[in-house]
Amino acid sequence: MIENIFNSIPSFWPEIAMALTFVIAMIVEFTTGRKGSASTGMATGLFVLAGFVITMVLLPFQGSDPRLLFGSMYTIDPFAQFFKYLILATGIVIIVFSMQSEELRRQETVGEFYCFIAATTFGLLLMTGASNLLMIYLAIELVSISSYILAGFSKKLHRSGEAAMKYVIFGGAASAIMLFGMSLLFGLSGSLSIYEIQAGLASGAFAHDGDAIWAWLIAVIMVLAGFGYKISAVPFHFWTPDVYEGAPITVTAFLAVASKAAGFAIMIRFFYVMFFDSLVDVGKWVSLPHVEWNMLLALLSVLTMTLGNLVAVWQDNLKRMLAYSSIAHAGYILMGAVVMTDLGIAAMLLYFLIYFFMNLGAFYVVMVVADRTGSEHIDDYRGLGKRAPLLAVGLSIFLVSLTGLPPFAGFIGKWMLFSAVIEAEYIWLAIIGVINSAISLYYYARVFRNMYLREPVNGDSSPITLSPLVIVTTILFIVPNILFGLYFGPLVAFAQHSVKIFMP
Amino acid sequence: MMEIGITHYLVVSVVLFSLGVLALTTRRNVVLMLMGIEFMLNAANINLVAFSRYQGLNLHGHVFALFVIVLAAVEAAVALAIVLHIYRMNNTVEADRIADLKE
Repeated sequence: MIENIFNSIPSFWPEIAMALTFVIAMIVEFTTGRKGSASTGMATGLFVLAGFVITMVLLPFQGSDPRLLFGSMYTIDPFAQFFKYLILATGIVIIVFSMQSEELRRQETVGEFYCFIAATTFGLLLMTGASNLLMIYLAIELVSISSYILAGFSKKLHRSGEAAMKYVIFGGAASAIMLFGMSLLFGLSGSLSIYEIQAGLASGAFAHDGDAIWAWLIAVIMVLAGFGYKISAVPFHFWTPDVYEGAPITVTAFLAVASKAAGFAIMIRFFYVMFFDSLVDVGKWVSLPHVEWNMLLALLSVLTMTLGNLVAVWQDNLKRMLAYSSIAHAGYILMGAVVMTDLGIAAMLLYFLIYFFMNLGAFYVVMVVADRTGSEHIDDYRGLGKRAPLLAVGLSIFLVSLTGLPPFAGFIGKWMLFSAVIEAEYIWLAIIGVINSAISLYYYARVFRNMYLREPVNGDSSPITLSPLVIVTTILFIVPNILFGLYFGPLVAFAQHSVKIFMP
Repeated sequence: MMEIGITHYLVVSVVLFSLGVLALTTRRNVVLMLMGIEFMLNAANINLVAFSRYQGLNLHGHVFALFVIVLAAVEAAVALAIVLHIYRMNNTVEADRIADLKE
C-alpha cells in the first residue's frame, strides 16, 4: 500500500504543483498582503500565473498511458489529460482577464482572488481523474467551496454577496443529495471504487432483483443531481443565472467553461465506466436491465437546451443571457453523452475546445464593455458598432459562433455533435437540437441589432478607446473562431485521440 | 428485546435526510437552510458507517464519514462567513428579502 503511494507520486506532479501554488500564494498573501495595494495583488496574480504555466509544462511528463494511481483513487488516461489541458488553459486565460478587470482591481484583497482560482483549479484537475466515490466527492467539494468564495468576491456589490449565498445553498444541497446517493451506492455494491462497482454490476448479481434495481436507480439519480448541478443541467440549474449574473465576470467565465468541463469529465467517466459496455452493442447501455440510462440523459439534454434557450430570449442583462446560453450549451453537449460511443465522446470534446474560444471571447467583450460603460444591459450596447468597432465585430463573431452558423468554429462543433447523434439513430434529438439553435439565433440577433442598427440611448456616441492589450486579446480570440471554422483537422484529431477512457 | 439491525439505521438516516430536505424547502432563514444541509450530510454519514459495520464490509465507509465531517465543517465555515457578509449588507438573513437578482 505504502509502496503504491510512493510509486504514484511521480505521476502526480502536475496536481502537486497546482496545490503548492495555492498554498504558497496563500501564505505569502497572508504574511505580506493586506496592505490594500494593487501591486501586491498583481504580484500574487503573476505568481499564480507562473504556477499554472509550470503545471502545464509538467503535464506532458505525466503522460497519458492509461493507469491507476493511489490504489484506484485516481485515473490517468488521454481523456483526463485532455480536460487537464483545457482547464489549465482556461485558468491562464481567466487570470489574464482578471488582471485587466476594473471590477477586481477595486478590491483590496485581489491577491486572494488568484489564490482561490488556483485552489479551484486544483479541484478541477482532481475531478477529471477521480475514480473513487470518496475522491469524486472531495474533488467536487474542493471546487464548490472555493467557487462560493470566488462568486462573492466583489464585496461592495450587493448582488455578488447574494450570488454567493444562493450558490452556497444550492451547492450544499446538491452535494448533500449526491453524498446520500453515494452512500447508497456503497451499501449496494460494497465498494467505493467505480471499477469495483462496475465489476459487481457486470457479474449480474443484481439483474434479477427488482428491489435492488430500484435502489440502484434512486442512488444513481441522486448522484446525478450532484453532477447536474456542476454542469448546470435542468432541473439542477436554478443557481446558474443568479450566480453568473452576480459573480465577478471573470469568475462567471471560469465557471461557465472550466467548471462545466470538469463536471462533464467526471459525469462521463462515471457513466461510461459503470454502465456502458461497448462490447454488447454500439450505443446501447447495459449493466442494469430495464433501465435506459441514455433515455434519462436524453430527457435531461432536451430539457436543458430548451429551457436555457427559451428563457434566454427574455433576458436584458447580457451576463444573464450568456448564463442561460451556457445552460443551453450544456444541453447540446449532453447529446454527446446520450450517444456515449467514441464518436459521441469525441464530438463532446471537440465542442468543449471550440466552446473555450467562443464563450471566453464573448465574456471578455462583455467584461471590457462593462468596465468602460459601467453596464451589462443590452440597451447600453446600442451603437457599439460605431463606438468600438473591434469589440462589436468580436462580439458578433463569438455570438454567431455560439449559434453554430458557418463559417465559424461553433458550426464545426455542432455539426460533429449532430452527426454523432444521427449516427446513433436519435433523429428526434437532433431535430430538437436544430430547433434550439434557431431559437438561440433570435436572442443573439437582438445584440447585433442593438450594436449596429440602433442609436445610443443617451446620445453618447463618443468612441470607446481601447488599450493595445485589449485589442490584442480580442483579436487573439477572434482568430481561432474563424481559423478553426475553416481548418478544423487538428482539433478533430486531438479530440479523437483523447476519447480513450481507462477500463480495467 | 429487539436486535438493532441495519434497517433501523437506514430508517433513522432516511428520516434525518427528509427532515433536512424539509428544512431546506420550507425555511426562509438562510442559517436554518444551512442546518438542513448539515442534516442531509449527517444522514449520509449514518448510512456510510452502518453499511460498513453491518454488511461486513471494509472500513472505507468509516473513512468516508470522517472526510465528510471535516468537509461539512469547512463548508459551514465558508457558508457562515457568507451569511455574515449578507447580514452586514442587507441587515437580514431572510432569503426572500435578499432578491436583487431576478428574472
